[in-house]
Amino acid sequence: MLRAVLPHPLLALTLVVVWTLLFNSFTPGTIVTGIIVAISVTKFTSVYWPSDTRVRNPREIIAYMAVFLWDIVLSNIQVARLVLFRSGDRLKSRFVTVPLDVTSPEAIVALAATITLTPGTLSVDVAADNRSIIVHCLDVDDPDALVAGIKERYELRLKRILT
Amino acid sequence: MSLFAEIVITGLLVIGAFFVLVGSMALNKLPDTLQRLHGPTKSTTLGVGSVLVASIIYFNLILEKFTIHELLISLFLFLTAPISAHLLAKAYLHTKD
Repeated sequence: MLRAVLPHPLLALTLVVVWTLLFNSFTPGTIVTGIIVAISVTKFTSVYWPSDTRVRNPREIIAYMAVFLWDIVLSNIQVARLVLFRSGDRLKSRFVTVPLDVTSPEAIVALAATITLTPGTLSVDVAADNRSIIVHCLDVDDPDALVAGIKERYELRLKRILT
Repeated sequence: MSLFAEIVITGLLVIGAFFVLVGSMALNKLPDTLQRLHGPTKSTTLGVGSVLVASIIYFNLILEKFTIHELLISLFLFLTAPISAHLLAKAYLHTKD
């Protein structure tokens, strides 16, 4: 019953939050309008969200966000140091292939976005069979350690969040 | 209180400006297209992020006007930066072959 009215509860909740933030006021009027908008948007766009990916562990999202934000700060400092103090020709840039264990499109997108926003790495493409992400590294000494780090730090956590 | 808030805001603005500057320097300095992509995708997220946090503190503490919709800017930045980086990288790889 709930699924018929609200096919994607989490998406609807996000829309309500974004709506109230856009208005920048927390009056009942905005929140009610937000709820109406969120319900109709999720209802009318549910055809475009065919996969039934469920968020299993909402509490893990907060942990993931904390790790992610902290890594953004670290990655900025690291990249800033490379840019300021190393000449571009001496950077050991290369491509690395990260094999994937997660299978759902949502998880792959989240992982690719995380890779792009964190230390010295940039997801360039997803392999045609969706089994690996091609990552470009700005400066890397040990590619295997980097891949292991990505898998352990982000993918394991993502696996616990998205099925 | 107000002085302390002002110091924090100034610090955040300086940090933000520094990282945006470094991001632009990366664009100018690095030799390879893919390397240049690293600058804007990362340095600017923290740069813009600090400026936005400074804006939140300024409006809430100094002007005493409740506002947090700056968070939306960072949300949209997190959503769009990887996508544009991905498209640029992909376009680059296609022109290279």
